[in-house]
Amino acid sequence: MSQTVIKIESLSKQYRLGQVGTGTLSHDLNRWWANIRGREDPFKKVTTINDRNIADGGEYVWALKDINFEVEKGEILGIIGKNGAGKSTLLKILSKVTGPTTGTIKTKGRIASLLEVGTGFHPEMTGRENIYMNGTLNGMRRHEIKAKLDEIIDFAGVAKYLDTPTKRYSSGMTVRLGFAVAAFLEPEILIVDEVLAVGDFEFQDKAIGRMSEISGQSGRTILFVSHNMGAIQRLCTKAIHLQNGEVSDIGETSRVIGRYFSKDSKKNNVLRDLSTEFAGIIIKLFKFNQPKAGFNQPIKFEFIISTNLQANEIRIGVGINNSLSNRVVTTSSTITTSSHDEKFSIELANHYLPPDNYEVSLGLDLGGNTIFFSNNILQFEISADEILNPLLVERSGRLGVFLPNKTIHNN
Amino acid sequence: MIDILTKKEHWDDIISSKHNLLSLNLQEVWRYRDLLLMFVKRDFVTFYKQTILGPIWFFVQPIFTTIIYTFVFGNLAQISTDEAPPILFYLAGITCWNYFADSFNKTSTTFVSNQAIFGKVYFPRLIIPLSIVTSNLMKFGIQFGLFLGVWMYYLLTNSTIHPNIGILIVPVLILMMACLSLGTGLIITSLTTKYRDMTFLLQFAIQLLMYGTPVIYPLSTVPSEYKWLVLINPMTSIIETFKHAFIGKGTFELNQLGISFLLITIILFLGIIIFNRTEKNFMDTV
Repeated sequence: MSQTVIKIESLSKQYRLGQVGTGTLSHDLNRWWANIRGREDPFKKVTTINDRNIADGGEYVWALKDINFEVEKGEILGIIGKNGAGKSTLLKILSKVTGPTTGTIKTKGRIASLLEVGTGFHPEMTGRENIYMNGTLNGMRRHEIKAKLDEIIDFAGVAKYLDTPTKRYSSGMTVRLGFAVAAFLEPEILIVDEVLAVGDFEFQDKAIGRMSEISGQSGRTILFVSHNMGAIQRLCTKAIHLQNGEVSDIGETSRVIGRYFSKDSKKNNVLRDLSTEFAGIIIKLFKFNQPKAGFNQPIKFEFIISTNLQANEIRIGVGINNSLSNRVVTTSSTITTSSHDEKFSIELANHYLPPDNYEVSLGLDLGGNTIFFSNNILQFEISADEILNPLLVERSGRLGVFLPNKTIHNN
Repeated sequence: MIDILTKKEHWDDIISSKHNLLSLNLQEVWRYRDLLLMFVKRDFVTFYKQTILGPIWFFVQPIFTTIIYTFVFGNLAQISTDEAPPILFYLAGITCWNYFADSFNKTSTTFVSNQAIFGKVYFPRLIIPLSIVTSNLMKFGIQFGLFLGVWMYYLLTNSTIHPNIGILIVPVLILMMACLSLGTGLIITSLTTKYRDMTFLLQFAIQLLMYGTPVIYPLSTVPSEYKWLVLINPMTSIIETFKHAFIGKGTFELNQLGISFLLITIILFLGIIIFNRTEKNFMDTV
């Protein structure tokens, strides 16, 4: 039987832009006066939508506006969205760090949040003391921590440094220790912000493994914010996409991720100027008329590259990542550039890429030195229209190069 | 309540923009008592890490202040100590006053100096000021030990000291000082999250308040037309009673102490209410 453990009802959060200071007192007095007369807050009306790109002069902004959703027991909910979409604000309200402006959140069970790794760590205290500090800070009792101490130390892998002050730790070790405490908190609901970005690959893997273990074994609920779509896809049973403080999409993880990317790609397929000051490189995305292609249809894009270097041999590298941020294609070749605009085109034919959303990154190399690198210069989508294999559509992103049926023969 | 009845749903926690003014949330504070001890431990451990003398430093401040006061107020300004030995008289006043002033000073910056930790994790915010008052109590304990040592010396060598049964209520006096510093600190820190103006006044105010409290002079020397002004300060009857109990000099009036007790209780409750109201949204304005 499914059971709702978090219920969010018309939740909104208003923030004031600019500095707290001038004008704040008069606004406060205004508010107080309206409150006394039983009127509505006069500044709720002038609050504008949260889009960080548009400077419309509004003094107040809705970081979250009318959010409604429910989370069921045992679910791992991934929260995705661009920077400033309201993800962290949502987590902050859920973990009671700040209160909502309107609306309610109803919860069942103990909530522990990991908005930052190693909160409350004091650099002068030893690793052991900091485990107790961080654990009690997250609502654990001393004896609970004591019972878990060996597991925590083992998970963090810092046994040797346990009685050394944490100021002598490397940043990676601090993250390991901080996550280890949180991983053994055993709350009913665990809230995790983008905290895994710091650890090394092995640790990230371990952390994600531990999270799915926590949820799988004991039916605990996890809310997880990340920009790493691979991690979201691997871990989450359900995803929610926030855009400008509003819920833009919620549902099955790969569908939400897919729509998130395709929304993004519609915007970005205009001509882009990637020029950098360094080495006077001018790179312009010149032509890209294939943002959406059918299975195994050629993908072609063109660049204008010019440098202030006289006729030089430059190695150009192109990488393509799928929606899980895994590299699926790498190609490179040597070109000759000059100070004139030179046009180059990159064409992928017979690539056999499965239906998915892809990101292209571009790097330039001169005599062994990277002189230009940019991730995610453009996106394209391979659509599932052309192929009939339903397996492909469902597992998009998890498949590598997809070879057509005739590859397997009956001898 | 209505919600639970109509929907037959049970929720452990409801986060909303409205809060009950009088819910003090003290059970939750009790659940986090281990955290309070960790904060106290942290304050202590980090105080003397990488020092040679360690906790001995706690003695240095009262000893030096006493020497200076004895010299300046006793010898130069010739302020009366009611015939009590000056060193003991000043040490008694300083030990008590320092506890109040240090706790008050530190609790009044709770929000501003802990915003990093408050912004990342939830726990009953009251834990922090409580831990400040507690760790200062430890410090007071050490300094009180110093006072007792000096007091024993005078008791054995000097006949002007007449300790009495009042010593039994010293624990109550200490509790009153703790509650007063907590209450006033909570009010000040809540008022300074958005507008910091008060923090500039605070250092000055504490200094001034010391001269409005019989720390360096006995209450008996205060001119009668200003006496009410000194008596309105709850610290006055605490320090006077303290001195009276140990030295036998000073005034001890039970109803005066009772009024202070009542005043402190009101300040403390007011402080907790304002503090709880502020903690919900202070992260946005601090």
